[in-house]
Amino acid sequence: MTFEVGSGLSIGVILATVILIAAMLIWVERRLLSFWQERLGPNRVGPFGLLQVVADMIKIFTKEDWVPPFADKFSFVLAPAIIMTVILMSFSVVPFAPGVGVVDSNIGVLFVLAMASLGAYSVMLAGLSSDNKYALLGALRAAAQMISYEVFMGISILGVVALSGTFDLREIVLAQEENGWYVIPQFIGFVIFLIAGVAESHRLPFDIPEAEQEICAGYHTEYSGMKFGMFFVGEYLGLVLISSLITVLFFGGWLGPGFLPPIFWFALKSFMFIAFFILLRAAIPRPRYDQLMTYGWLFLLPVSLLNLLITGVIILSTS
Amino acid sequence: MLTLIKDTLTSQVVTLWRVFSHLWVKADTVEYPDVQPYMFPRWRGRIILSRDPDGEERCVACNLCAVACPVDCIALQKTEDEEGRWYPEFFRINFSRCIMCGFCEEACPTNAIQLTPDFEMAEYKRQDMVWEKEDLLIDGTGKYHDYNFYSVAGKKIAGKDKGEALNEAVPVNVRSLLP
Repeated sequence: MTFEVGSGLSIGVILATVILIAAMLIWVERRLLSFWQERLGPNRVGPFGLLQVVADMIKIFTKEDWVPPFADKFSFVLAPAIIMTVILMSFSVVPFAPGVGVVDSNIGVLFVLAMASLGAYSVMLAGLSSDNKYALLGALRAAAQMISYEVFMGISILGVVALSGTFDLREIVLAQEENGWYVIPQFIGFVIFLIAGVAESHRLPFDIPEAEQEICAGYHTEYSGMKFGMFFVGEYLGLVLISSLITVLFFGGWLGPGFLPPIFWFALKSFMFIAFFILLRAAIPRPRYDQLMTYGWLFLLPVSLLNLLITGVIILSTS
Repeated sequence: MLTLIKDTLTSQVVTLWRVFSHLWVKADTVEYPDVQPYMFPRWRGRIILSRDPDGEERCVACNLCAVACPVDCIALQKTEDEEGRWYPEFFRINFSRCIMCGFCEEACPTNAIQLTPDFEMAEYKRQDMVWEKEDLLIDGTGKYHDYNFYSVAGKKIAGKDKGEALNEAVPVNVRSLLP
């Protein structure tokens, strides 16, 4: 068995690594947050608290996995599986390094956007099947937020697609080798994609669907045990996915000085964005729900359309 | 539109930077079991019963502490030895009720009951939170080293008659006419 794009070994390694990193983020997030809040964070279990993840896993696996009697059982069980599956599917088109990846699809960008849209089903089904008013409110908010922010997410990437002339994520990285990182010509696109990514993976400050203080965990209020754990890890998987997509689309993927292997550059850049998302959580308060929608439709949509228009004009006038 | 962009830059980005700069601020956390905090001598923690400088129990079983206790966590029974000294037959504090208010210490006329800076009193079983006299009694004098109740009190015990206490005048014989 060889380690190349699409081989069984490659798929297994990528799947294991991605899930492991998503689980480790539980510790990374708590540690980083505490540093920014002048605390120490979990540092008891193992060296630097690294085994905190193991302790959390043991806890979450041994917890009672309770399905409420008033819930719609089928969709209640299905919902957490959808979000994990959908996000892990998105990782299949991400080019991690030369020769490392699951598939080099020529519709990679579209595939990621499609999978992100399907992710909304998970949240909606979870909220509706719980038969709980907080869960329903969370699901309503999640559906509106995810569908709205998908629009600008797609439009903000279109500039990159127009510049590189391909939907293939690996080709986009290779195009950046010649033209330089797209963060420079597409800075506005990058900022909009970042904001939309935060909203899409409903991380703070846009965690309105699960706002603990308002609607007590929103759509996963009724979930416990490993089903809750899957939402939890799914959220971190989304965080990793958005970070690696930003790296691929705007920051040249695995490209970097040659003294380190390409996969290292990819991991470093992605980690920078993961840390930035955690910093966002530490620093920025949550907006009101209507503020979020107004900001999206009245500010981000025109700006992203304008960005696309100007990019198109420049491409046409220089070619 | 322009004000929105300006606000975003001046407010959100500055906020992000301010929070990020806390990375090189030393954490406030005291890593408690490894680093013991300084406990002030007058901290109101675990309750003890002290002895007088001669090594006898200070407690005279007056029940004032039990009366003062707002949560009724002190129970005791007075008894008397052959010398005439009063002492508690049993003295029981239910620490699962105790709120460490220190009223018992204030009420105590003999400085017997005292609160100490120890607060590590967690137990696995609730029954273990009930402390008997042998658990409460310490060998030393606690916070007051010289105080000895029977040496200053007018109470008559074996080896010390009325009027023989410190600073105590011999009792006046009210039936005598002599000046």
